Amino acid sequence: MNNVYYGKLIFELSRPGRIGYSIPKDHTGEEGFAALPDSVLRKSPLRLPEADEQTVARHYTNMSNNNFGVDTGFYPLGSCTMKYNPKINEEMASLPAFTQLHPAQPASTAQGALALYYETQRALSEVAGMEAFTLNPFAGAHGELTGLMVIRTYHERRGDTKRTKIIVPDSAHGTNPASAAVCGLQIVEVKSTPQGTVDVEDLKPLLGDDIAGMMMTNPNTLGIFETKIPEIAKLVHECGGLMYYDGANLNPMLGVCRPGDMGFDVMHINLHKTFSTPHGGGGPGSGPVGVRKGLEDYLPNPQVVKKSDGTFAIEYGNEALGSVSPHFGNYAIIIRAYAYLLSLGRDGIARAGKLAVLNANYIKEALKSHYLLPIEGLCKHEFVFDGLRPEYGGDHHDDAHVTTLDVAKRLLDYGFHAPTIYFPLLFHEALMIEPTETESKDTLDDFITVMKKIAEEAKSDPAFVKASPHSTPVRRLDDVRAVKDAIFRFQFD
Amino acid sequence: MAKVIEGLYYSESHEFVRIEGEFGFVGITDYAQNQLGNVVYVDMPEVDDEVTAGEEFGAVESVKAASDLISPVSGTVVEVNEALEDEPELINKDAFENWVMKVKLSDPSEVESLMDAASYEKTCE
Repeated sequence: MNNVYYGKLIFELSRPGRIGYSIPKDHTGEEGFAALPDSVLRKSPLRLPEADEQTVARHYTNMSNNNFGVDTGFYPLGSCTMKYNPKINEEMASLPAFTQLHPAQPASTAQGALALYYETQRALSEVAGMEAFTLNPFAGAHGELTGLMVIRTYHERRGDTKRTKIIVPDSAHGTNPASAAVCGLQIVEVKSTPQGTVDVEDLKPLLGDDIAGMMMTNPNTLGIFETKIPEIAKLVHECGGLMYYDGANLNPMLGVCRPGDMGFDVMHINLHKTFSTPHGGGGPGSGPVGVRKGLEDYLPNPQVVKKSDGTFAIEYGNEALGSVSPHFGNYAIIIRAYAYLLSLGRDGIARAGKLAVLNANYIKEALKSHYLLPIEGLCKHEFVFDGLRPEYGGDHHDDAHVTTLDVAKRLLDYGFHAPTIYFPLLFHEALMIEPTETESKDTLDDFITVMKKIAEEAKSDPAFVKASPHSTPVRRLDDVRAVKDAIFRFQFD
Repeated sequence: MAKVIEGLYYSESHEFVRIEGEFGFVGITDYAQNQLGNVVYVDMPEVDDEVTAGEEFGAVESVKAASDLISPVSGTVVEVNEALEDEPELINKDAFENWVMKVKLSDPSEVESLMDAASYEKTCE
């Protein structure tokens, strides 16, 4: 448990003159910086916290004990794919042959590292059904932007400069319209049917010679497989647009079906979701972008290629797009994804998606007696409840009802991370659960038991649930004050 | 239950307009504030801005989500509710009283395509 004293801010633990270092005397016999000329010395001291090493160690160790991650407990955060990060990934990424690399060293001295990069490009192309991949983008949204730049450049190079609009479904992740706007494209929204998939009739009148393409996530944000993809791809292609696949929800499709086979032209993959690299807490992420045959020349530089003599080289040949990153992107993350690919192998990868779907459906069916399921039927890797059922205090016609926020807060008391809440915006009390394939049946059963217990509590003692969490290091936060009176730095007296 | 007021006009995107002579007072409905939860910021237009029916004129941000404000009427903004700058939570206290902008209407007949209280109440069920 958190130590109260060392749990204070590091600035509050500061004592004037307390230090955790000693500077040796220099060649003149003077201590510290006395030999430096006055002109380069600060006139006023920096206001840094002053503390001894032990205080610093205790402070940050106590802070880290308040953290929650996939190594601490179940993390069913919908739409985020918080799967376990196998320790062998870390072991491989910390091999000195990788950690001692410099991105600017000659290719002839880094053949192993380049082989890994090349093999990952090929493996992702195979998994996704694409012709070529770049591993340069630093994150999912960066991948989206890069992919949209590919689409834009493709049209411009053909002299087709009218295509400035991109179609995005109303259920899309917020990053889709944001990336499109950064790429200078106008966003046109297409509506969903009551079943939660793209409304093809609503799409038809939007298509024309000003459409650059359409972005889709499949399975979509509700965890539902978009069955009309072939028809949608045909319509978009007939009007001259390209199909963009947002790989945010690729996990359940692994080894079952491929975006390339569905008619998508450009896509990105989140290695920090589907390929088990760290997610959350800054990751860092990685968002490789794939393209179908004919678009390879629009991928950014650098590319790693295999030459006819079997050696690997770094190429900067693609002039159309230029670069989107210094050097190779988050190389250390790519090592982890490669380790995952090899650990699971072809058969293991193909089982991951199916187990992710099984786990999600198992929780959904077990909890729909207590939580409102707005869209019935088989889901993919995730699903959305619309809050507690009315008989468990969830009637949102009653202003005093127990909300999704209350349920999420109460879950923390039981040691689970809360699911995604109030997203997607299609429902009032959205509670979005994605267990991933890495959880055992025991963990899923434990989660189900707790979720049912919370529903019973909401019925018998709603005030107690509404006042939760009761056992976390900090209690319910004041969201309004956090936004309105945000304090971004320590306030000195 | 969300409140509706007779005599106002309502849009599908949950804005209302109260007509007084050649002016319209535009804000979000009680249902909208209830759905949004605690409002923390209102992005308002400026006086003399032109607004068009069906188009965005600002945004409202709550602890749950940020939503565009869609104008139910066309015209010129003659006043904005400056009290909302410091106290956006006034919208949660009384959404109909705390309108966002006052518009000089360029086409008063536009309100005929909006909903009355009874039909709006039905869409909120």
